[in-house]
Amino acid sequence: MNVANYIAITFPSCSANEGFARAAAAAFAAQLDPTLEELGDIKTAVSEAVTNAIVHAYPDTIGKIALKAKILEGDVLELTVRDWGRGIADVEKAREPLFTTGGEERSGMGFTIMESFMDTLRVTSKEGQGTKVVMRRRIAKRGRR
Amino acid sequence: MDIRTKLEEQTLTIQLCGELDHHGAKGLMERMDALMERDLPRKTILDLEQLRFMDSSGIAVILRAKRRMEALGGNLVVVNIPKQAARVLDTAGLGRYVKLI
Ligand SMILES: Nc1ncnc2c1ncn2[C@@H]1O[C@H](COP(=O)(O)OP(=O)(O)OP(=O)(O)O)[C@@H](O)[C@H]1O
Ligand SMILES: [Mg+2]
Repeated sequence: MNVANYIAITFPSCSANEGFARAAAAAFAAQLDPTLEELGDIKTAVSEAVTNAIVHAYPDTIGKIALKAKILEGDVLELTVRDWGRGIADVEKAREPLFTTGGEERSGMGFTIMESFMDTLRVTSKEGQGTKVVMRRRIAKRGRR
Repeated sequence: MDIRTKLEEQTLTIQLCGELDHHGAKGLMERMDALMERDLPRKTILDLEQLRFMDSSGIAVILRAKRRMEALGGNLVVVNIPKQAARVLDTAGLGRYVKLI
């Protein structure tokens, strides 16, 4: 396959879309023939990133979220979740386990989960402008497992 | 997110069915709080057998249920944890705070 396949979806930051976003990512990833466990990891990572955009990027408003899933060379799945919300002042600190600005309803484990469920996690953010989360996970061909 | 409940000899069992994410977490917490306050159980068993998906929102739900039960002088155990949920709970190190079976 020479042309990299991808999907791009945008949706408003309504919590009802959390389930849709992870199901869409999993359905797209299915062409790489992942195991159930890999699918679970992909769904979880997308759910974390999208929930962050809904909860933290747009705390008092409904804003736009973009989800992109792409297949890179070597059976690598790349997932990008973008928002144009309030941004993160200190990304390094935000990525630390247990760091949260979300109070009792959050546990500060979202980035830690994304990091351990995917091969790589890149977070770029600018206060007042938004956040971009890019995650990659290689899905090994079954015969080579 | 659906729940099924059972009260037997001061043990409240709450079975979670479906997907537990931020969308359903708040309503679930409120229903669980109300059940515990009504039944005043000695012990609450959170049964995850029918849970098809859980993300970090579930961690906060479990920790809150544990605090509620402790405030009532009881305890909480989480049982029948599916693989996907177990990976989330393990990554968060939740086993240090809550009894997971
Ligand atoms: N898209 C975002 N926009 C603005 N702030 C964000 C965004 N994503 C994360 N953050 C900030 O980073 C912190 C850590 O995020 P992380 O997902 O690790 O934990 P959490 O969302 O607080 O809790 P959990 O994910 O366990 O429910 C958040 O509390 C928030 O302050
Ligand atoms: Mg989070």
